[in-house]
Amino acid sequence: MKGDDFLTKSISGFSGLLETVVSTEDISHRKGLLQNLDPRIKLVSFLLFIITVSLVHSLPVLGVIFVLIFLISSASKVSPGFFLKRVLIFVPIFTLLIAIPALFLTPGQPLMNLAGKVTITQQGALSAGFLLLRVTNSLSLGVLLILTTPWSNILVALRWIRVPAILVDILGMTYRYMFLLLHSTNSMFLARRSRVIGSFSGSENRRWLGRALATTMAKSQRLSEDVYLAMLSRGYQGEVRVLNEFSLKRRDYVWMTFSLIAIVTLFWVGHL
Amino acid sequence: MHIPDGYLSPVTCGVMYATSTPFWVVAVNRVRNVLTHRTVPVLALFSAFSFVLMMFNVPIPGGTTAHAVGATLLAIVLGPWPAVLGVSTALAIQALFFGDGGLLTFGANCFNMAIVMPLVGYFIYKVISSDSDAMSPRRTIGAIIGSYVGIVAAATCAGIELGLQPTLFHSINGTPLYAPYALGVALPAMLIAHLAVAGPVEAVVTGGVVAYLQRTHSSLIKADAPQKKEGKVWLLWGALGVAALATPIGLLASGTAWGEWGVDELKTLGLGFIPEGMQKLAGWWPAPMPDYGLPRMAAVIGYILSAFVGIVLIAFLIWLLGRWLSRKNQEKSDVSTEGGPLEH
Repeated sequence: MKGDDFLTKSISGFSGLLETVVSTEDISHRKGLLQNLDPRIKLVSFLLFIITVSLVHSLPVLGVIFVLIFLISSASKVSPGFFLKRVLIFVPIFTLLIAIPALFLTPGQPLMNLAGKVTITQQGALSAGFLLLRVTNSLSLGVLLILTTPWSNILVALRWIRVPAILVDILGMTYRYMFLLLHSTNSMFLARRSRVIGSFSGSENRRWLGRALATTMAKSQRLSEDVYLAMLSRGYQGEVRVLNEFSLKRRDYVWMTFSLIAIVTLFWVGHL
Repeated sequence: MHIPDGYLSPVTCGVMYATSTPFWVVAVNRVRNVLTHRTVPVLALFSAFSFVLMMFNVPIPGGTTAHAVGATLLAIVLGPWPAVLGVSTALAIQALFFGDGGLLTFGANCFNMAIVMPLVGYFIYKVISSDSDAMSPRRTIGAIIGSYVGIVAAATCAGIELGLQPTLFHSINGTPLYAPYALGVALPAMLIAHLAVAGPVEAVVTGGVVAYLQRTHSSLIKADAPQKKEGKVWLLWGALGVAALATPIGLLASGTAWGEWGVDELKTLGLGFIPEGMQKLAGWWPAPMPDYGLPRMAAVIGYILSAFVGIVLIAFLIWLLGRWLSRKNQEKSDVSTEGGPLEH
């Protein structure tokens, strides 16, 4: 079965993705701290926080930021286990692997000697710490933003920060049709899986994959024609109209004030 | 190749956003002119396809799997500019929704995978396939080589972006603040991984899809009407490439990365401008970062980076000029050309 592993892998990849999306949608509709905020204020403040994370030059401050993010996520009814699992599993572990050689390769004052042979430098250790904490913090912020904001509201916020309307429209529609295509490719993989008894060579599998992708591509093309005609018949004139019924409330101002104070403080302390 | 936030300094992220923006602007305008009202649905569906493609696990020898990006494939079927937007959108969803690639590094990721990759890949594909008919094996070969070179060019850019970090951004005692590996480590690491694994995967997927489309949906690989001026344009691009490589840059990347850009549009090209622009920008570049105490090495790299940005900017200006002139001519002769639903 080794040769057909990629089928199983792809199928579980697709369903894993759908699971992520469903749980995200679920959390974004709970009544928590971040869910109650205006999406525009939230997007801007989170971007500012991510920039702060990338500008601060102090490990303790980066650590404090992570604790802060964690506290805010708890106040937003995101279960700590779920949050940590989603944040810590992939990117930080990958970054850890990348950061380890930097301990030894970065030139500088020796900090520790391992087995009398290799030396960990002070600069190396600091640098690895920076990388790891920055990546974890930025990712946590991104995940928290998307967990607490429905996709349609993110689009409204993107429009508000002057991302061209045409790009936002494409983004919105892509997200919608992505699931349709994922569903149809998933069916293709399942059908293939259920018909396969023995195992195929890698090259046969790759050929099949090429055919599956080409078919999906032709389907997308066909579908885009149909979708266009459907849009046209519903009165589409080249512009997507969206309802924007958001208005800033007092809690949004409170959040913005808190964010700005936090950012300035972190920046000031972290830059000393 | 998706660079997460934390690996690149905010300054680099800003520069990469600024470098990518003109490409997006050109892409939006080009696509809008050809597809008119169809822009949104066509691009949405192909962006969705691009996203799905990036999720496919491709079996590689040794029992593991890898992912393809598919930027060159998209450029072959849709045309280079729609591909720029399609892959950018797919990357945006990956970054926003799945944390795959950062928000600040989005500009850099798009530059590598949604701009350099499809444009380089498409250029090579066009050179090899040129005016052959839709069924010709030259198209398959062009797709294979184009996608391979495209992803390697993208990896080169990513390697340079990462490799510049410790040289340009470190604290007073030499602690790298972002990605810790210098150019000498980062670039070979990226290159080896992509020359040996990701490149072949990309090539096999792209070649396989193009070969199958040729047999079953040849309208998607439609043979372009051979353009009269084409030969000359390639010659100009080739000359520009040689000129760029001959400058004391010595980096392969700057030759391939931008060389692709606006392939069929660049009709009036003044080669004399490029070195001037590079020198002008070279002096300008290290200035924004005096606080970091740039060593001599950093100045050299700053020079290279500015040369790279300079070439792109100047090529862009010349291209704009050419476009403006040709549009003026077109208005005079009052010839309207009708494009198909999918641009080539």
